[in-house]
Amino acid sequence: MANMLNIDDLKVSLEEEEKQIIKGLSLSIKPGEVHAIMGPNGSGKSTLSSVLAGKDGYIIDSGTVNFDGSDLLETEVEERAALGIFMAFQYPIEIPGVGNMNFLRTALNSQRKTRGQEELNAADFLKLVRSIAKDLEISDEMMKRPVNVGASGGEKKRNEILQMCLLEPRFVILDETDSGLDVDAMKLVSKGVNNFSSSSRSFLVITHYQRLLNYIVPDFVHIMVDGRIVKTGDKTLALHVEETGYKDFLQLGKGKH
Amino acid sequence: MTDNYEARDVIDKETLSTVKSVGDTYKYGFSTDIETEYAPLGLNEDIVKLISKKNNEPKWMLDWRLKAFNRWKKLKQPDWALLKIPEIDFQDQYYYARPANMKEKPKSLDEVDPKLLETYSKLGIPLTEQKKLAGVIEDNSEDNSENRKVAVDAVFDSVSVGTTFKEELKSAGVIFCSISEAIKEYPDLVKKYLGSVVPISDNFFACLNAAVFSDGSFVYIPKGVRCPMELSTYFRINAENTGQFERTLIIADDNSYVSYLEGCTAPQRDESQLHAAVVELVILDESEIKYSTVQNWFPGDENGVGGIYNFVTKRADCRGRNSKVMWTQVETGSAITWKYPSCVLKGDNSSGEFYSIAITNNMQQADTGTKMIHLGKNTNSRIVSKGISAGKAQNTYRGLVQIGGRSQNSRNFTQCDSLLIGNKCGAHTVPYIEVNNSSARAEHEATTSKVDDDQLFYCMQRGIGEEDAVALIVNGFCKEVLQALPMEFAMEAQKLVAISLEGSVG
Ligand SMILES: Nc1ncnc2c1ncn2[C@@H]1O[C@H](COP(=O)(O)OP(=O)(O)OP(=O)(O)O)[C@@H](O)[C@H]1O
Ligand SMILES: [Mg+2]
Repeated sequence: MANMLNIDDLKVSLEEEEKQIIKGLSLSIKPGEVHAIMGPNGSGKSTLSSVLAGKDGYIIDSGTVNFDGSDLLETEVEERAALGIFMAFQYPIEIPGVGNMNFLRTALNSQRKTRGQEELNAADFLKLVRSIAKDLEISDEMMKRPVNVGASGGEKKRNEILQMCLLEPRFVILDETDSGLDVDAMKLVSKGVNNFSSSSRSFLVITHYQRLLNYIVPDFVHIMVDGRIVKTGDKTLALHVEETGYKDFLQLGKGKH
Repeated sequence: MTDNYEARDVIDKETLSTVKSVGDTYKYGFSTDIETEYAPLGLNEDIVKLISKKNNEPKWMLDWRLKAFNRWKKLKQPDWALLKIPEIDFQDQYYYARPANMKEKPKSLDEVDPKLLETYSKLGIPLTEQKKLAGVIEDNSEDNSENRKVAVDAVFDSVSVGTTFKEELKSAGVIFCSISEAIKEYPDLVKKYLGSVVPISDNFFACLNAAVFSDGSFVYIPKGVRCPMELSTYFRINAENTGQFERTLIIADDNSYVSYLEGCTAPQRDESQLHAAVVELVILDESEIKYSTVQNWFPGDENGVGGIYNFVTKRADCRGRNSKVMWTQVETGSAITWKYPSCVLKGDNSSGEFYSIAITNNMQQADTGTKMIHLGKNTNSRIVSKGISAGKAQNTYRGLVQIGGRSQNSRNFTQCDSLLIGNKCGAHTVPYIEVNNSSARAEHEATTSKVDDDQLFYCMQRGIGEEDAVALIVNGFCKEVLQALPMEFAMEAQKLVAISLEGSVG
């Protein structure tokens, strides 16, 4: 099967200072696959997510990123979203004064519009959101608040999953969505993700804990050190990391240029 | 509560799509081709007399004007620190303009020139008694706006062309008419209250207004009456090179309530035009006035050519016990705005609230805020100001909170937030706080922030385009004030917020 996402020897620096963060990374993801990325703090996992989502502030030094065969790096942020790329933020952003419902409906209909689909009317929209919120045990009261304002860390993460379920992307990046979740929330989120997964959807799951991977079972586990993938294996690799840490891999990241 | 919340969300959504469908930045920039009668150019005693004569005024009114004019000749135009005002040649403009066929005021709306009616309907203000104000969405009929009527007084250049729902209001005892009419029909009320809140010599522009005001709206709510519908005045400047000087007087007698809305637009022209209005509110025992403004005068183009100079004196006199006033303003237009709707809290337990959104883009300048003068005991005031600057615009909040020696146990709370878009604009906060009573308490909070890149990225990652994202974030920033507006105006205001900021990002 053709790759959905294809990253080839990508090198990325910061715009603000002369510092390369991604130092030659290659990764291919096919439809329906779940890939996990683990790696020490500061190794560049969130940077990779941001670059895939199209955030400003980075310089692409070299390499290519293709999504469904077209050049992703030349695509606007909101167009990437409409193509079906979704990133659950490691630190979800607060938007004071903007109600969750309003935000969600604006986002959904913007995407639909970009894709040339009809907008969803208010009644259908409400029904849809309420059923998703119910599954994730997000209260009505939460839904009425401004986006992420006053929400706890775990509540914010759940909100990200709600957005994912509503927007129905085909490629999902979960950037440490498990961090900050209590045991029950973890199950809810995992259930949400599992219900959502299908043979045409792919996931890139960034995590520090193999715990999540018990629920969302990866086809591949990649270890990222200093801007590169230094080792790829199956789900047992995550168990290995949990036991011994990254010391076996740190050396692999050095000296390769 | 829940439904209201959702209704608002739906409105927010409608806003974004409406904004997208609006091509032009200033959609009210058209002018109406209609034969217009002008007073001779410039200003002198004869012009004052002419305006009085055109309105068939009694002598006492003319004397009042002349007194004002003589005062004005001795006054100097104030020099404000943070506004750059090009010199205004008061002799090089017209002080009176009216559609030629308005010589005889139409007796009913049926007699109004269709061209004028069309102008207002194009502006979204149908001058009929069946329809509601523009923007009320259809699929939202379960909310309380369904049966809400809004009476409109339409002022075109120097004259009022018509007032809707007059009869229905009359049967409730409410007087709602043009001020020129009130001077003739209700001289006792006008004599008693005109100039009692903003005296003739209050300031340079108020004094000029007293001499040359041509029309405006008059409202009297009698004792014990809750006005059965929203009242509104819609000001339209059409004639070129003409100043608009309108005067509004609203009296809420004991135990009464009224909500009043004011809207304004003008054609897009290269020449700047002067608008110097005076609004006086009198609030007696146990009464309340809500006064909302959506000001959308032509702001000038992106190079600062043209636009309205908006110098307005608005003041509420809370004379009665437990009287209450609430000013809400959304200021998106004008090249220069100078405006401080004020509250004089004389009655014990009276309260004043001021909610403001001021948006400046391109070369616009706004110096706006409020004055809260606490004189009575246990008086309360609350100020919520949201200033938004984009382009090269300058936005100043200037507010005075004064608590007098006799004003025991009075309170003020001020929240003043500024939002910057881009790095060529400016926001300034100038609070003056004078407390002369040790039992009083005044609190002031101020913040300045930028439209945050992370917020924008978050919205855009969810599929929202950049301009929509900015509009969403800015509307969120203004939420508290938008919620203080009546429903119809809230929608209009949200659209305006988005439109005013078009082209401010990227
Ligand atoms: N905008 C920035 N300015 C300066 N340094 C940055 C910026 N963005 C990323 N970095 C640096 O790039 C490196 C990679 O950061 P990144 O957030 O991608 O790490 P991570 O793998 O996600 O770490 P963690 O596991 O802690 O989330 C870090 O050293 C970080 O300090
Ligand atoms: Mg990270």
